[in-house]
Amino acid sequence: MNPAVRAEGLSKRFGRFVAVDRLDLSISKGEIVGFIGPNGAGKSTTIRLLCGLLKPTAGRACVAGFDVAREPDAVREHIGYMSQKFSLYPDLTVRENLRFFGGLYRVPRRDIEVRMAQAIAMAGLQGREDALVQTLAGGWKQRLALGCAILHRPPVLFLDEPTSGVEPEARRHFWDLIHQLASEGVTILVSTHYMDEAEYCNRIALIDAGRLVAIGSPGELRRRELGGALFELECSPLGAALVALRQVPEVIDAAIFGDRLHVLLRQPAAAEGLPALLARHGIVAGPPHGITPSLEDVFVQLVSRPHAAVRA
Amino acid sequence: MNLRRLFAIAFKETLQVWRDPRSLSIALLMPLMQMVLLGYGVSLDIRRVPLCIYDQERSQTSRELVERFVASGWFIAVHHLADARAVRDAMDRGTCAGAVTIPVDFSRELASTGAAGVQTVFDATDANTTAIAIGYAQGVIALAAADFAARWAAAHGTRPPAAGRVDLQPRVWFNETLDSRNFIIPGVVAVILGLVGAQLTSLTVAREWERGTMEQLISTPVTALEVMTGKLIPYFAIGAFNSAFCLCVSVFWFQVPFRGGLGTLVLTTFLFTLVVMGIGYLVSVRIRSQLGASQVALILTMLPTSLLSGYTFPIDQMPAPIQAVTLLVHARYYVTILRAVFLKGSTVLDLAVPILALVLYAAAIVWIAARAFRKRLD
Repeated sequence: MNPAVRAEGLSKRFGRFVAVDRLDLSISKGEIVGFIGPNGAGKSTTIRLLCGLLKPTAGRACVAGFDVAREPDAVREHIGYMSQKFSLYPDLTVRENLRFFGGLYRVPRRDIEVRMAQAIAMAGLQGREDALVQTLAGGWKQRLALGCAILHRPPVLFLDEPTSGVEPEARRHFWDLIHQLASEGVTILVSTHYMDEAEYCNRIALIDAGRLVAIGSPGELRRRELGGALFELECSPLGAALVALRQVPEVIDAAIFGDRLHVLLRQPAAAEGLPALLARHGIVAGPPHGITPSLEDVFVQLVSRPHAAVRA
Repeated sequence: MNLRRLFAIAFKETLQVWRDPRSLSIALLMPLMQMVLLGYGVSLDIRRVPLCIYDQERSQTSRELVERFVASGWFIAVHHLADARAVRDAMDRGTCAGAVTIPVDFSRELASTGAAGVQTVFDATDANTTAIAIGYAQGVIALAAADFAARWAAAHGTRPPAAGRVDLQPRVWFNETLDSRNFIIPGVVAVILGLVGAQLTSLTVAREWERGTMEQLISTPVTALEVMTGKLIPYFAIGAFNSAFCLCVSVFWFQVPFRGGLGTLVLTTFLFTLVVMGIGYLVSVRIRSQLGASQVALILTMLPTSLLSGYTFPIDQMPAPIQAVTLLVHARYYVTILRAVFLKGSTVLDLAVPILALVLYAAAIVWIAARAFRKRLD
């Protein structure tokens, strides 16, 4: 079966700035893929390319079987999109916004009332159907925007940082809705800069400086991408310890995490010797603890690696 | 063009205009204010021109002549002077705009020949006003001269020797009272409809860019033509309301005669509205900020409409290059049409040329505006 989303060598340049750099991506039907990366990494630009809102400088992409550069209107019929900025009409009511998007997507008239009621229920807005959207709090607005984006039952859904600025409980609620949609066969590409949200995705695409750095399930990425054992070390001063550790051959990498260091070692056995080694540099260090790497560890590790090879 | 999507856009836009105090006030209060300000404020008529009188004779006849000046309503006698130097002084101080000097032998000359000379001097620093005032003075004197001649003829039983020349009796048509209001008000209507139409539509696309709703809108299958048509529909309704309002104020309040057909007026007003709303929409698509777009729309419509449309300054008095420029000013055709429909009762056939110009203009603007809207962010 053809993938729901496929990009080959997809690139976008703005003048001399390369926002997306030869990106390859393939997403199967019903999959949830998370785009993770720092601000300005090219997440939004990639999503806009896939929605047909930007014209690729090079490469090509197909969404729901349509070429985004050649058939953008066919693509638009088959996708739902939530842009990064909240984008419903604040001076229209909940119902008016839904009816507007239902009209634009030509939702069959016999279905529109049922689907609007479903969207209102999904957003938890029963009883507030006639409230102006500008009076709603963030989480409700976000869920209503999702409701508007799926009124026409699109097979592919692009969500650009849908949970930014939304309180944690509302974020969890939102992810429940996304999983429900995926279980119904909707393919979802969602970008976020919350690392904890990456765990909710089937696969994660790590993006940095416009390049796809790694892609895989959260478990795979944690196991495979680090290539060593991770230890946490309490020591002081942190900066001097970082410099000292990076000169040790057993250390693949070291990075500051909050008030402590995360140290990646080739062999777990080398951990025992670290406090003594640091003491020689006049650095006070506690005993190292082996830890399970978080996705953030993986990301930091991958991004610091020069010319990281993409492995899928 | 899909009617379902078109209706969705039009309905949404109507709700937004209805709920936006800024748009609503532009739509409904601006025409009212401007109609009053421009209708009353702009008048090219000159009344109560201050005159100095230097009556050397002070006879019954000379006083009668002075009274005729005052009774005409165009002039008031502010000073009665005793010598020629005082005339110059009064002009220098600006206490009068002109002076009438009646010679010492005025009534004697009149009695013997049936005609006599009178000198009028005007301060021509304001050339326009002076030209009009001279015209009025000539009118007063011509009337007086005719009466004096008739009296002489009655007394002598023959025509006065000074008479017998060619007698010019001018008649003016279409605006018989030469009331400049009848001429100005149709122009005011054009200015208001042009300004308000472009102002309203200049906000419509820019508002979506500013609020970030545009990105969502262009991610849907809606087409550029549907967006444009749908967005303009509610503004057309407002435009129709404003046109009817301005027409009623012109006819029933300012008493401008309306001699043409309502159909001609509706057709041409529709075309003009299409042009100005197309301009506003085009600006809105290009500028992307509400403030910027409304400023640009103001400059694009206000300046050419008030200066180059012939609404206040006659186009045939302009230098040839400027006259050529006015061919590009949409309002000039509408001003021409409105005046002709109001005052002359012209028909569509009489106005074929300006109507054709508006049709071409409307087609060009709509074509450009429809193509200017791109469903892409880059």
